[in-house]
Amino acid sequence: MADELMIQAEGLTKRYGETQALAGVDFSVPAGTILGLLGPNGAGKTTAVRILTTLALPDAGRATVAGIDVVKHPGEVRRHIGVAAQDATLDPLLTGRQNLVLVGELSDMGRSPSRARAAELLAQFELTDAADRVLKGYSGGMRRRLDLAASLMTRPPVLFLDEPTTGLDPTSRQRVWDAIRELLGEGVTVLLTTQYLDEADALAHRIVVVDHGRVIADGTPTELKEASRSAHIEVMLAAPHPDAVGAISPLVTGHVHVSEDGRHLSAGVDAAAGLATSVVRALDAAGVLVDNIEVRQPSLDDVFFSLTGGHIEEDDEDEVDLAVEAADDDRHELEGART
Amino acid sequence: MTTTTLTRTTTGVGRPRSSGSLFGPLSDTWAMTRRNLVHISREPMQLSDVTIQPVLFTVLFVYIFGGAIPIPGGGTYTDYLLAGLLALNLVTSTMGTAVGLSTDLHEGMVDRFRALPMWRSAMLVGRSMADLMTSCLCALIVGLTGLAVGWRPDAGFAGIVAGFLLVLFFSYSLTWIAACVGLNSKSPESAASFGFIVLFPLAFVSNAMVPTLHMPGWMQAIADWNPVSAVCAGARDLWGNPNPSKVIDAWPMQHPVEASLIWSVLILAVAAPLAAHFFRRRTTE
Repeated sequence: MADELMIQAEGLTKRYGETQALAGVDFSVPAGTILGLLGPNGAGKTTAVRILTTLALPDAGRATVAGIDVVKHPGEVRRHIGVAAQDATLDPLLTGRQNLVLVGELSDMGRSPSRARAAELLAQFELTDAADRVLKGYSGGMRRRLDLAASLMTRPPVLFLDEPTTGLDPTSRQRVWDAIRELLGEGVTVLLTTQYLDEADALAHRIVVVDHGRVIADGTPTELKEASRSAHIEVMLAAPHPDAVGAISPLVTGHVHVSEDGRHLSAGVDAAAGLATSVVRALDAAGVLVDNIEVRQPSLDDVFFSLTGGHIEEDDEDEVDLAVEAADDDRHELEGART
Repeated sequence: MTTTTLTRTTTGVGRPRSSGSLFGPLSDTWAMTRRNLVHISREPMQLSDVTIQPVLFTVLFVYIFGGAIPIPGGGTYTDYLLAGLLALNLVTSTMGTAVGLSTDLHEGMVDRFRALPMWRSAMLVGRSMADLMTSCLCALIVGLTGLAVGWRPDAGFAGIVAGFLLVLFFSYSLTWIAACVGLNSKSPESAASFGFIVLFPLAFVSNAMVPTLHMPGWMQAIADWNPVSAVCAGARDLWGNPNPSKVIDAWPMQHPVEASLIWSVLILAVAAPLAAHFFRRRTTE
């Protein structure tokens, strides 16, 4: 069963005017797993999702969802998918409950099963208190949770989540993560796009890294990290010591960086077994007192850097925006709690 | 793991109805219609053009112009005016269709709908159904306000209802032109300008407010062939109210009811498929 591919994309290309959004993308997702489609803004993630969810037609290539061709039988594909898109796609003038029931009815679920399912999901996503309020008053986090709930109305076997936590504060983000993890237990196949490395790392079984419309890496989070082999060691000394650098130099790869106060040493290492022990012994033999030592495994950010030569979250302006939105979210949550 | 996956898959595939059934499109349309009605209930000011405006227009026109406008061939201005007021209010309210559709397209909503296994045109038909319902409300308010200020139809119940239906049918056909405009406009605001550029001249260069006999020759020709004139004259005939256009030697003025129906059917036959086409074009990428 796990070998069955619920999502398959082969050689997808798509051009919007001058922009080559996708330049030949291949990936597949086995049943019951999460694939993280990771890449910076404009990498082509959303375009891939739009093609797979029948919203856009590929210029070339082929794609199937639940074994159904998305170009030849879009109507059938729509019966098997749930979509939580990046932009708010719920009706701001309806209540949370009305939104869910509408989605259910338009999916041919019938009115009373829709109502029952909506109540169930509202409870699951802790939105029962806000269920009969108009969406306009929802916080960003509440909207995302409702969006996720809407995508689950029909219990679809395949789920597309396009940047489900972009712009959320850490708490709301954690709640969305928990909800996604819960789905996995139910055997749903998920394609998740994200700009956040930690998100892909935390949720996905496999990660496909895209940049400029191409796949630049494909593997499990561990495989990708191993491929970059850029572990770090950080040593905190009790006091600066002239022999410290000389003591650990033979154990690390390349240059040892010393902080200004002389107490903090860091260096790249090959992640060998027992490395921390060797470092501490070497320092002890040289008469150096160690306060703390840490071997840091490569993060996906390191991986992304080694693959693309650029950091994934590099835009300072974006960071500021996110902080403002997060603050906004908090305010709404508070207001929500009061009413 | 294996079992849950199987159950899941079955739930997805085993949904009650297939996309090919007739009931699907109907229930989808009804769901979309209700959605649009909820919108109206949330922002009642949206309704002002079919509730407050008709009352205002009726009172203003009857009491301000009423005494100053003689009706050729006799009869009171109030009796003459009501058909025109009904047409004016219904014609200008079709602007709501253009703005509403344009708004739907500009918000992310349309993507959610398109990824659902629904009848896609339900978005269009549901909108026009909701607009038809508000038009009926508008017609009711115009009728009641008219009665309050002295409008007296001189026809049986069937004739009165037929007069209202004639105007409603015409305004319904116009909502499809409005839909075409809404589907082609860049923003809801530009869709709104359709009302001032097209609908107001359409409503006013006609016999809706005043008889056309005193207009300059060229304008009278336009007014007499304006579908709104046929609709107003037709309603006046059906209601047994004064209809001075009877003496005008233009075919639509001689046969206003037939002319109204022909106009309405023609507009529907052209604008509805065109709207469906624009909608497909707008939502394909």
